[in-house]
Amino acid sequence: MDSDHTPQAAGSVLAPAADAPPAAAPRIDCRDIKVFYGATQAIHGVSMSFPDRAVTALIGPSGCGKSTFLRCLNRMNDTIENCRVEGQILMDGQDINDHSIDPVLLRSRVGMVFQKPNPFPKSIYDNIAYGPRIHGIATSREDLDAIVEKSLRRAGLWEEVKDRLQAPGTSLSGGQQQRLCIARAIAVRPEVILMDEPCSALDPVATARIEELIDELRKRYCIVIVTHSMQQAARVSQRTAFFHLGNLVEMGETEQIFTNPREKRTEDYITGRFG
Amino acid sequence: MSDHIVSAYSDELDKLSSDIMRMGGIVETMITDSCRALSANDSVLAKEVIARDPQVDAIESDVEKQIVSLIARRQPMGHDLRMILSALKISNELERIGDLSKNIAKRALRLDDHVSMEMRNAILRMSRPVARQLNEVLDAYASGNAVLAKNVWSSDDDIDQHYNAVFREMITYLIEDPRRITAGAHMLFIAKNLERIGDHCTNVAEFVYYQAVGEYLSVMDRPKLDQV
Repeated sequence: MDSDHTPQAAGSVLAPAADAPPAAAPRIDCRDIKVFYGATQAIHGVSMSFPDRAVTALIGPSGCGKSTFLRCLNRMNDTIENCRVEGQILMDGQDINDHSIDPVLLRSRVGMVFQKPNPFPKSIYDNIAYGPRIHGIATSREDLDAIVEKSLRRAGLWEEVKDRLQAPGTSLSGGQQQRLCIARAIAVRPEVILMDEPCSALDPVATARIEELIDELRKRYCIVIVTHSMQQAARVSQRTAFFHLGNLVEMGETEQIFTNPREKRTEDYITGRFG
Repeated sequence: MSDHIVSAYSDELDKLSSDIMRMGGIVETMITDSCRALSANDSVLAKEVIARDPQVDAIESDVEKQIVSLIARRQPMGHDLRMILSALKISNELERIGDLSKNIAKRALRLDDHVSMEMRNAILRMSRPVARQLNEVLDAYASGNAVLAKNVWSSDDDIDQHYNAVFREMITYLIEDPRRITAGAHMLFIAKNLERIGDHCTNVAEFVYYQAVGEYLSVMDRPKLDQV
């Protein structure tokens, strides 16, 4: 009767999941980031790092600073008149806010995809070819053709557009336009891809395609995604960070954050208890 | 814990936990009444216990429907997710406890005069710590008390000791008088049922603990004195 006594529930089946996120070296390391809009402080000293080849999701209520923080990572806040960023953001050991860093070059290394698909008012082909051309990544027509095809393939769009590369990018559906923007971002061989609510304007099928694509891109890039959909964060990310009122409240493995968060504020937010 | 922004979600979770408590209350009476029926040779009470089992099954199946609906419609996270998964598991454990109690009542109806008062009382004595285990684990569930759940979980060896004692006592009775073999076999199964109910209470305690803390109790840490 020995075996009868073993509780059915406590054995190996309850062992922690084996697919923990890879322990890769951080691709970006942020130290004590503070952001001010004029006299108003939007981010209050956030330190966190982003591992390579993994998706990190930033979640939190509107106005919590998650998008502001994301925009620090490729100096998009430089373009805002009275915005000031303090702290260190190290990429490969170098501070991206250093005077020697060209923000245009930085943005080719740290690509960004926005909430609303924003293709250039150009052909599908030129949307992709524009970046490699200006950054001198491709010189010959053959090189450029190859980059356009490869980028569109990686973005899962090639089969749908290969016969109409000269059609305007804006003629595509919303989901296709978003994948075009992702293809445009990866055409300049970035190391990091930032996504700010990339699916909020898309229907569920287009959203699923983007999520499938994110999962595919994760094998090559460090991806940081801001999303209002907790289900999306749970589906696509390996790590999740919860922001509230400009502070990083909690960051951990996605599974832990959504099943057993350490902080009450995180618990309240993910279970829909925020007032 | 504060309420959800969507109040209907809170209401649904409250209904789920109150159904679990209701189910627990019924199976608790099934344990004590089946053993009382046995010790007092009360066939009316034994039949009442048997008649309660379909109620328990009905609540279990309703609980399952509620859970499927909650998962599909609310996409539970955090404590809510753990609470819902625990409810699914706990309702299953309680249903098993109901079955085992029903089985005790059925066997009580089939015992004959060869079962001595001492044998009947030995079972009644064993039933008390078992019912107490269930009572305490239900308290732990109602209050979300992980410490209490862990206490229940680690005190299952009491019941195992009772079971070992009853087992030996029964064997002695059987050796003394072979005419007792049929009744004695029933009595051994009854003792075994009580021991199994203790195990199910331990399982419930694990889920209460998981729900409250988000971590699993490790079976390696549990004292174990079963020697039969």
